[in-house]
This record gives sequence, structure tokens and C-alpha cells, in this order.
Amino acid sequence: MMHEMSIALSIVDLADEQANLAHAAKIIEIELDIGTMSGVEVEALNFALEIAAKDTLLEAAVVKINRIEPVSECLDCGEIFVSEGFIHQCPACSEMNTRILSGKEIQVKSILVE
Amino acid sequence: MCDTCGCGNPDNQVRISKPGEEQPAHHHDHNHDHNHDHNHDHNHDHLHDNGHTHDHHNHDHLHDNGHTHDHHDHDHVHDHSHPDGLQGQRLIRVEMDILEKNNLLASRNSGYFDAKEILALNLMSSPGSGKTTLLEKTILALKDKRQVAVIEGDQQTMNDALRIESSGAPVVQVNTGNGCHLDAQMVMNATRKLDPAEGSILFIENVGNLVCPSLFELGERFRIVIFSVTEGEDKPLKYPTMFQHADLCIINKTDLLPYVDFNVSKVREYAFQVNSGLELMEMSAKTGEGMEPWIRWLLDKQQIS
Repeated sequence: MMHEMSIALSIVDLADEQANLAHAAKIIEIELDIGTMSGVEVEALNFALEIAAKDTLLEAAVVKINRIEPVSECLDCGEIFVSEGFIHQCPACSEMNTRILSGKEIQVKSILVE
Repeated sequence: MCDTCGCGNPDNQVRISKPGEEQPAHHHDHNHDHNHDHNHDHNHDHLHDNGHTHDHHNHDHLHDNGHTHDHHDHDHVHDHSHPDGLQGQRLIRVEMDILEKNNLLASRNSGYFDAKEILALNLMSSPGSGKTTLLEKTILALKDKRQVAVIEGDQQTMNDALRIESSGAPVVQVNTGNGCHLDAQMVMNATRKLDPAEGSILFIENVGNLVCPSLFELGERFRIVIFSVTEGEDKPLKYPTMFQHADLCIINKTDLLPYVDFNVSKVREYAFQVNSGLELMEMSAKTGEGMEPWIRWLLDKQQIS
């Protein structure tokens, strides 16, 4: 069992809670931001969500996943760039002294309910 | 359903137990006591924005259109007409981190450790890298210098806790069932049971796995990743999330270097590529070679006055 199951269960909890607060009968669509460097495999997450959403307000929801690109900033020259995989080498000055700006998101953006 | 394993089978429940306990306590209560306060404000605002639930707005309209209206029916109007024409559908902007519950608990753990001046270290590796042996040797080396306590994470068995106990440190075993990692709630429960001494070093030995544990903060001060020379030297490139989040990397079992095809300078290069701030140490916990810098590192991080 991979961590995607824990994450899927947290997503279901969070979405259910939000939908209940809005007195919604069901969730039609859920939008997630998943960074490519978050350590979450989208395929495994989709699979886990199918199981985790059973008998919840999320059961019939369309899952929309936005993959967030890995963007880094070079702390030496200030260049902002999209990283190649997990290696964050500045393409302008070749330094490795960089800071990740995005790409690690694991977030519920919104839910569409009725 | 268990949040960790997603399974109702009692064999898969999280258990937190001390060596010698016949019936390990079941801890299935994690994760539920939190987020309620967070969400309320959020949601109400959104409902207002979408204009669904309110009854104050329509007066002007009705009058401009020249209709004569009785003021008492606006409730009705609103129930049936939605400005976005979505037939009762509403978009709720949630914008919440999924790991927020865990991170919140991790902050509580971290606050507790700070208050008691406990140095908490999260030890992560693949199975078989020699974590437990390293811990046994470390406990011996720190004897008379610092108090040490250990939280052992494994899917099943008390084996590691028993090994640690015999080396003389108080230990609590967390069995995660099917869970592939420790989370902040498990560490909170285990810490309560363990009650580590003020000023001690707390080693949290995570479940052997280079993937999942890297996502879950436990409240630790430092993250340490351990791998052995019998594993591939490209581990940092294969499991970048783990290496990216680590503060220190220990390359263990260096006594086997003559027998394996393992290039330490390659590892340094790869590790630098994914995390330029990662500190590396080479050692053999078995022979004790290279242990001094590690012990010095620990004493340096856990200065007691």
C-alpha cells in the first residue's frame, strides 16, 4: 500500500467536510493541484481515489488533476527556470544553489457541488 | 477505516507497544480531531460570492422593471435562479494542502520536542540498509554522554524494538499494519507512551522505504537518509524526493566496498545534483569505521548545558 492511499483518504475527508459545510448533496467535480515533484504518482492516486471515494459524496465525482511544473529560482543569478526532472541546475550560470518555487503541491483546489 | 492503510482488517491496525507488552494497544484514533475550525469561514464567504443563499438583492431589479411586486417573495426568487446558470451547482474554492492535518500535528510534536530540548531525528532508508545496527552502535557510543530514546517503525513485528531495548535505550514500537510510513499522529502517540527524557536524542526509525516517508513530516529537527554500498549508487537520482528533503546522508556498510561495484564519488555527485546542501558521511556501523564524525555530529546538534 503506497502513500497515495493515505493521500486519497485525506482528499476524500477534506472534500466531504467541505461539501457538508455547504449542505451539498454530492460532489460533481474535484480539482487537484499535484506538483510533478510532490512524490505523488497520479496514476496510483487515481486508483486509490476510486477506492477511497466509495460511499462518499465524492463517489461519482470527476477528478481533475492539474500537474504543476517544477519551477526553481537560482539563488546566485536570479534566473527562474523549469527544472529538468529533479535536478535543479541553473541553466544560465550552471550553479546548483537553487530554490524550488513550485512543483511540490498536493492541494485540493476546488469542488463543484450540488 | 484506518487512515493509514485504508483497511478495516484488525491485523492492519496501527499498534504502538513497548517490549514486554502482551497485548499491544491499538491506536486507531489518528487524524480526526483537527481541521474543523479551519474551514468554516472559508466556505461561507464563497457561498456569498456565488450569490446562492441570499435574499437581499433583488429589490432594485424588480422595481426597475416596472413590475409591481410585493416585497415578501424574494426568498422564492432566489431559490430558483442562479446567476451562473449551473442548475444548483456551486463551485467551492478549497485551496487546502492535503498534508495540512499531518503538518499541523508535526508542528505540535516539534513544539513539544523544543520545549523539552529533545533532538528528534527522522531516520529513513530502504529495508536492509543497516539502520537498526547503526542505532545499536550509536546508542552504545552515546552511553554516558546523552540520553537516547527510540521510536521504531515497521509494518509488523517487535523485532527491532527488542534489539534496541537490549542495547539499553527506552523504545516504543509502532507497527503500521499495511502503512508504508510513519505519520505525525503515530509519532505523537508513540512519544506519549515513550516519554523521552528532557535533553535526550530521539531517533525515529521510519518504515524501510525510500518513497513514502519523505512526504510526511513528523516534527523532527533533521532528516537522515541511510543507504548501504550494496545498493545502487544512483539511489539519489532514483529516489530524489527522499534525498531532496534530507539534511544528512549516511552511506553505510563501507566495509563491503572491496566486494561491490560502488563508486562513492559518484554518489556524492548524484546527491549534490538533487540536493546541493546535503551532508554526506561514510561509515561501517558493523566495524565502527567512520562512526566518530557521526557521533560528533549528534553531540554537536544536541548540546546540553
